[in-house]
Amino acid sequence: MTDLLLSRIKGDVSSSGTDEYVVNLGPQHPATHGVLRLIVKLDGETIKQTTPVLGYLHRSIEKICENRTYPQCITYTDRVDYVSAMTVNLAFALAAEKLMSIQAPPRAQWLRMIFCELQRIASHLLWFGAFAGDIGALTPFLYGLRERERILDLFEMTCGQRLTYNYIRIGGVMIDVLPDFVQKCRAFLDYFDPKIDEYEDLMTYNPIFLERSRGVGVVTPEVGINCGFSGPSLRGSGVSCDVRKQQPYLYYDQIKFNECLEMAGDCWSRYRVRMRELRECVSIIRQCLERLEPGPVEAKMPPILKAPPASEAYVRSESARGEMGVYLVGDGTPKPWKAKFRCASFSNLYLLDQLTRGWKLADIMAVLGSFDLIVPEVDR
Amino acid sequence: MNLFSNLIAKAGETLHWLYIYLGVARITDLLDNVVVVVAMFGGTSLFVMFLVWMERKVSAHMQSRIGPNRVGPLGLLQTLADAIKLTIKEDIKPVNRDKIPYFIAPIVAFVATFMGLVVIPFDNGVVVQDLNVGLLYIVAITSFTVIAILTAGWSSNNRFALLGGFRSAAQIVSYEVPLVLSLVPVIMTTGTLSLNSIVLFQKTLGMWFVVPQIIAFLIFITSATAEANRAPFDIPEAESELIGGFHTEYSGVKFAMFFLGEYIAIVVSSAVAVSVFLGGWLPFPYLSAWPVPGFVWFMLKLLLMIFLIMAFRWTFPRLRVDQLMDFGWKVLIPIAILNILITGALLLFFGKGA
Repeated sequence: MTDLLLSRIKGDVSSSGTDEYVVNLGPQHPATHGVLRLIVKLDGETIKQTTPVLGYLHRSIEKICENRTYPQCITYTDRVDYVSAMTVNLAFALAAEKLMSIQAPPRAQWLRMIFCELQRIASHLLWFGAFAGDIGALTPFLYGLRERERILDLFEMTCGQRLTYNYIRIGGVMIDVLPDFVQKCRAFLDYFDPKIDEYEDLMTYNPIFLERSRGVGVVTPEVGINCGFSGPSLRGSGVSCDVRKQQPYLYYDQIKFNECLEMAGDCWSRYRVRMRELRECVSIIRQCLERLEPGPVEAKMPPILKAPPASEAYVRSESARGEMGVYLVGDGTPKPWKAKFRCASFSNLYLLDQLTRGWKLADIMAVLGSFDLIVPEVDR
Repeated sequence: MNLFSNLIAKAGETLHWLYIYLGVARITDLLDNVVVVVAMFGGTSLFVMFLVWMERKVSAHMQSRIGPNRVGPLGLLQTLADAIKLTIKEDIKPVNRDKIPYFIAPIVAFVATFMGLVVIPFDNGVVVQDLNVGLLYIVAITSFTVIAILTAGWSSNNRFALLGGFRSAAQIVSYEVPLVLSLVPVIMTTGTLSLNSIVLFQKTLGMWFVVPQIIAFLIFITSATAEANRAPFDIPEAESELIGGFHTEYSGVKFAMFFLGEYIAIVVSSAVAVSVFLGGWLPFPYLSAWPVPGFVWFMLKLLLMIFLIMAFRWTFPRLRVDQLMDFGWKVLIPIAILNILITGALLLFFGKGA
């Protein structure tokens, strides 16, 4: 298999007469992106071609879901994107609810929104640290994780878990929040808001950071749309693609928030989009906390959830990385006949080759970091 | 009793004879210098151990962590533990290496940087050897590290180490030019290359050279950080890049020598910066009445400079190789040359002589 792969790589780009050599980045490397293997064909320092080799983290989640009941599948969805697990939980729950025509109660919807936005902040904080680490600034990683700890404390308070929550269930959420959750959440938001300014001070206009990320990895809107780009990465190219705005789910149409767009399409724009999104998330959570009212957190459902025979549902949602879609096919049994996860990282990864041709080796890390890729999402 | 005093008389006679007829005075001179150098070696090694601890603590506190605090009080013995670990590590050598260069490279890296300490004045006249070409000597010595790095990269029989070696050598060679050029205005003003004399000149001048030559100071710090392969110029040893750098194939004591060599390079560069720009062993302004020996002032300033260089590492992202070279050749060198021209013009017009 490796021979086939290497021969395909060597045969693709014609040699210019100087020595080209093929170098392997990963699957284990100190850069923080997990088990992604990149085969890079280099001419000196210049990249000729980048071929990602996937599958090192493939766990057959989609196939496994075919042998699990719908509620059992939720635990697997956590592992699809373990950095941003609530959003995947939500996507699957929404798809299953659409399939079985279940409506979650309002309190559950507000709680789902709060936790998804908190999860978005947590995911962006981890991205911030990883991106800075790839560029070479080793300190912001710890700052990001320090704030993330507080969010994880909030999660642990609610559902007992810090990474894989299994919290957002079909028909609602697992359990109601503790009485002091709202006050603790508000306290966190008050603490966190000025921190975003701190991080922007440190990184955003740093000349070295600007040199590394401005003009690097430019994605034009046409290329982005054609290649299935989505999420903050595409918004960095000026394309309005936020699923929360286009096809609002939960109560996003009742909340006021801005879609963060930047025009340049380079790594710096994508960075700016995510930093601005952090502020938007804070505002969204504040609005949701105000609208939270007492009520049940789970809908009345039959004890065994069965999908109607020959039914299908596809739901798009906005995860921290981009568009997360779940496609479910039901066949009258308690187990899905087919579950498919459309993950943003898998589609976003495609552009890596195009964007890095002709650039230097260090730019792979900058571009990869700016895409906010998560390998479990790529491989499932 | 008689026998005893006879023996002593005889010993005295022999020594006197040795002194006169065999030129033992020359040997004692030699022994003098050897003792000083060994003391310098030992002292610097201890200082470097302290610096490694300091780096870990400084980086930890900058990153909202604590750093080593278990091994010894405040974690001070951490470096000792690391040194012992490195010493007892298995010496893994690539099979197809070039044996002699592979062995020599870390030694050259280590020794070359140590040699720079010979001309640093720790107090008035407290120099191992106050060469009257002190600055030139230091600049020449730092070029040895290039040889060591290239040799290490080549002899490792590893394409990535070779590339890392090339990058590193290119970086060091490019940043030597602004390093030297930033020292030239100071040399023009003082008319001497001896570090002790430069410090004395700052005493008569009444202010440290950092005040009139602030640009040269900034260029010097930047170039010195690049010379030591430290962030933000640490592409050759960047951990998030695939290429492990020229010291990939070295383990144990050999790696420790490269590592220590890097720290000593920082100490030497900082010491030169302190002596040339920050007044060396002169007291801080307005504090000259304090009964503190010059050595203490020197060490304080040295630690300040080293802290600054450490803070750089943990604050800034890394420059890409071509950006690094661009910055050195297209930005630092023109500014340094401009600085020389302006200083020269000012010296001419205000009549301090050539």
